[in-house]
Amino acid sequence: MYNAKAVTIGIIIFVILFTSPFWASLLGKSYKETGISLPKNEKECVETTDFMRNKHMQLLNEWRDEALRNENRVYVASNGKKWAISLQNTCLKCHTDYKEFCDKCHVANSVDPYCWTCHLIPQGSTK
Amino acid sequence: MNKSRRSFLKVAGISAFALSSGVAAMQTLSATAEAKVAPGTYEKGAKALHAKRWAMVIDTRRFLSANDYKPLIQACHKAHNVPDIPDNQNIKWFWLDTFDHAFPDEMNEFLDNRRKLASYPLLCNHCTNPPCVRVCPTQATYKMEDGIVAMDYHRCIGCRFCMAGCPYGARSFNFKDPRKFLPDPVPNPAFPTRMIGVVEKCTFCAERLAVGQMPACVEASGGKILFGDLADPNSTVRKALAENYSIRRKPSLGTQPGVYYLI
Repeated sequence: MYNAKAVTIGIIIFVILFTSPFWASLLGKSYKETGISLPKNEKECVETTDFMRNKHMQLLNEWRDEALRNENRVYVASNGKKWAISLQNTCLKCHTDYKEFCDKCHVANSVDPYCWTCHLIPQGSTK
Repeated sequence: MNKSRRSFLKVAGISAFALSSGVAAMQTLSATAEAKVAPGTYEKGAKALHAKRWAMVIDTRRFLSANDYKPLIQACHKAHNVPDIPDNQNIKWFWLDTFDHAFPDEMNEFLDNRRKLASYPLLCNHCTNPPCVRVCPTQATYKMEDGIVAMDYHRCIGCRFCMAGCPYGARSFNFKDPRKFLPDPVPNPAFPTRMIGVVEKCTFCAERLAVGQMPACVEASGGKILFGDLADPNSTVRKALAENYSIRRKPSLGTQPGVYYLI
């Protein structure tokens, strides 16, 4: 190969640079849980923890459409328990700590939902 | 290869049929999959008030001055966190105007002073044929099955077509952040505020009807405003309309307002 030495070194440098994010992540900080503080008085959310963690935004979207457009303002959960459909008056009744609950995950995941331009976060936990 | 035209068409036809049915099956599958994310079901509240067509009858004869409407306006604006912005960008849910402005179709120059000089309470008419709903490009405003013309602020893009479409001036645009003009904490912490850039209006208190309460202004009026089902001949509103002379705002436009005035 013509100029084999320089080419090989070049390829090695390229491969190291190209894969550098993987090396950096190996050396860097390990994954940390967001450390959200769950409501103290309640054990059970509307649905299972897994469902709420993955799909609370879709659930809220569906709640909004059902309540506003179809006047269905009661949600019967899969365990039969009935909940009034309201972000402000149902969800935030238990999840009172905006900073320690909502914000922890939203900030870690770089999402910026604008619920709070209209809906009021509970008193005592200002943004 | 030696294929006749006939056998080619046969194969082509069968393939087209197979493909199209596959596509149709996929569509129905994805439609059912998308329909709901929640594992639970939805229902109406146990105490919710129902009607085929909600309507309001305002007995303006029993309001002696503009001051008599003040508690009603306060009750409405308090219940819905409506700000008071001291310029021409104010938010109106329930407001007052003169007879000439409220009923421009009534062109009687020599109307008696009691009717001519009085103030009249104005609000969204919740029309049977709402022009605002027709012009909304995002379906942020829509007519519900009980006749209430409702707003979904989440969808409103602030284009203000509905304000141009509404012949009653019942819609207000949030030119400014309404929270700056509200006390902290807001008057009703159970109800949201609005944000800058959306249009808002009276909702016939759909959120109160859903829990079995009458609209805030009706409750504050002490019987001077009636609220009920226009489709039910025995309802209070139908009885009041049967016994009294009533007018509506700009009836010639054909919007069929749901707010009646006894004058």
